[in-house]
Amino acid sequence: MAGPAPAEAIARPDMAGETRKSALDLTATARLAQGKTGRLRIAVLTLALAGSVVVSLRFGAHPLSLADLLQLWFPSWSATAETHRATVVALLWEIRLPRVCAAVLIGAGLSVAGASYQGLFRNSLVSPDILGASSGAAFGAALGIMLSLGIVAVQSLAFASGLGAVFLTFGLSRTMGGGHYTLRLVLTGMVVGSLFMAGIAVLKTLADPYSKLPLITFWLLGSLSSVTRTDLWMLLPPVVLGSTVLLLLRWPLNAMALGEEEARSLGIPTGQVRGWTLVCATLITSVAVAVAGVIGWVGLMVPHLARFWIGANHRDLLPVSLLSGAIFLLWADNLARWLFVVELPLGVVTCACGVPVFLLVLRRSQRAWSN
Amino acid sequence: MRLSIENLSCGYTRLPVLSGVNLAIEAGEFVCLLGPNGSGKTALLKTLAGILSPLSGQVKLDETRWTDLPVRERAAHLAYVPQAHAPVFAFKVIDLVAMGRTARWPLWAGPTEVDWRAAEQALAWVQMEAFADRLFTEISGGERQMVLVARALAQEARFLVLDEPASSLDFGNQVRMLQTLRRLTRAGIGVLMATHHPEHALRCASRVAVVREGRIRQIGPPNEVLTESCLAEVYRVPFLVSEIFDQQNLPVRVCVPQLD
Repeated sequence: MAGPAPAEAIARPDMAGETRKSALDLTATARLAQGKTGRLRIAVLTLALAGSVVVSLRFGAHPLSLADLLQLWFPSWSATAETHRATVVALLWEIRLPRVCAAVLIGAGLSVAGASYQGLFRNSLVSPDILGASSGAAFGAALGIMLSLGIVAVQSLAFASGLGAVFLTFGLSRTMGGGHYTLRLVLTGMVVGSLFMAGIAVLKTLADPYSKLPLITFWLLGSLSSVTRTDLWMLLPPVVLGSTVLLLLRWPLNAMALGEEEARSLGIPTGQVRGWTLVCATLITSVAVAVAGVIGWVGLMVPHLARFWIGANHRDLLPVSLLSGAIFLLWADNLARWLFVVELPLGVVTCACGVPVFLLVLRRSQRAWSN
Repeated sequence: MRLSIENLSCGYTRLPVLSGVNLAIEAGEFVCLLGPNGSGKTALLKTLAGILSPLSGQVKLDETRWTDLPVRERAAHLAYVPQAHAPVFAFKVIDLVAMGRTARWPLWAGPTEVDWRAAEQALAWVQMEAFADRLFTEISGGERQMVLVARALAQEARFLVLDEPASSLDFGNQVRMLQTLRRLTRAGIGVLMATHHPEHALRCASRVAVVREGRIRQIGPPNEVLTESCLAEVYRVPFLVSEIFDQQNLPVRVCVPQLD
């Protein structure tokens, strides 16, 4: 074998073949530069997100000009009447800003949860509601609406029910024997999910068709139209905490994506990584569904697109998913407000945008399979 | 350093596929594991890699029980090369090799410049440095096998456990792989390799363990263990074992199957 003798190289790594070492130094530097291109793309996305937020603040039934926005911080900017300024302030703080923040948080959270789930379950067709979180939360919300509870109570019930569904999935998957643990978990999740879907169907059948049924139906389609500042306080801690933990675990997630057996042989405490990933992704999904209803496709599609753009390495994939998820949901919400006079449910818009993209992805992966 | 397996039973369920295993590997030794398909070679290697837990008996690193060590520390002592597999995600070769160093940083951190350099070097040892930026999903099975060996080298462990690393390699790469492994043993690394090639064991193993019907039947130097009758019993086909002489007129033992 040519090149430095591996024997010496292993024994004294720093003395391995002088001639080759300089070449390796160069490539290692190139490797770091590559990390920088990843960071550059992340910076570009961050800027795009900031721009999207500003533009989105102006969208809506009452469009705001840039001057309107600026005079909030610089009162002397324009000579508009004090009453107008008060309207703008109220509109922005009470309606526009909570809505935009919720879109950012939910889009980012669902996407990063979806990307983590796809890595963990080694399947790029997995979405964050795979363990029943969405159906559980939807059932809780439908029940809350049936019982004529207040909005905060409905959301809390949805959140609790979403977590409950996932706990049920865990519990049931432990009692079942045989098969691989992850596979059992996914199968049980599907079972629990359809159980709660059946529950929703029962509630819809029993609901008053004039008052309750439309509410339930509309809620199931997902919307950000009724997001308030209290919702933000409910959304913020789970999404920020969950996403932070998932982002911290992105390198071990790479190893997990090779399969748990291999991850373990590489020195990853697989149980811990799996546990934290599942808990965080579930928290994010449940709270997102509790606040905004069922918004499909984001957690499935955004990680997919991000993977095409930046590659499979979760070190870059997770931040890119997070940022592009936030941008995607912001614009989907803008479209929902802007497309028709009547506001479209957000779930409809994400689905309409998601299906063509997803078909494209399926076509591409089919080509990969046939190779 | 010494990795000793004491009275170990291992298997995928509660039923052991291999039991009563007693085997010690010294650092710097090259041990081959031979046996027919389904004889439990992989189960033994997976138990050593910490993927399966021992059903009974134990594994010890010097005087420390293997199961008392955290996963992370085990990975620093023993690297495992699985059988070649098709991954789900299209990781870059260099990223995959860098994953071999995962046990060296805290759970929330990632590779540093030192780690990238070690990964590059590991690729160079198996002469695969040109593949660093290729996608692991888009290279051939043999190339994947070499990359997995590079990942284990990047792990810089004292013991190397390989599951049929030569299975999808062409003839030249098989020989190159054996040479790489032999150089590693000379550097003080203990190698345990499961193989379906008795000639590999004859050529470079310091000891060979023959597994058949749930037990290790024989352990010893390959020239003593791998006789015609032993090979015929293991593979249930007749073999010819003979000696040829190399340029220095030293005997080299070879084995070939006998056809009708």
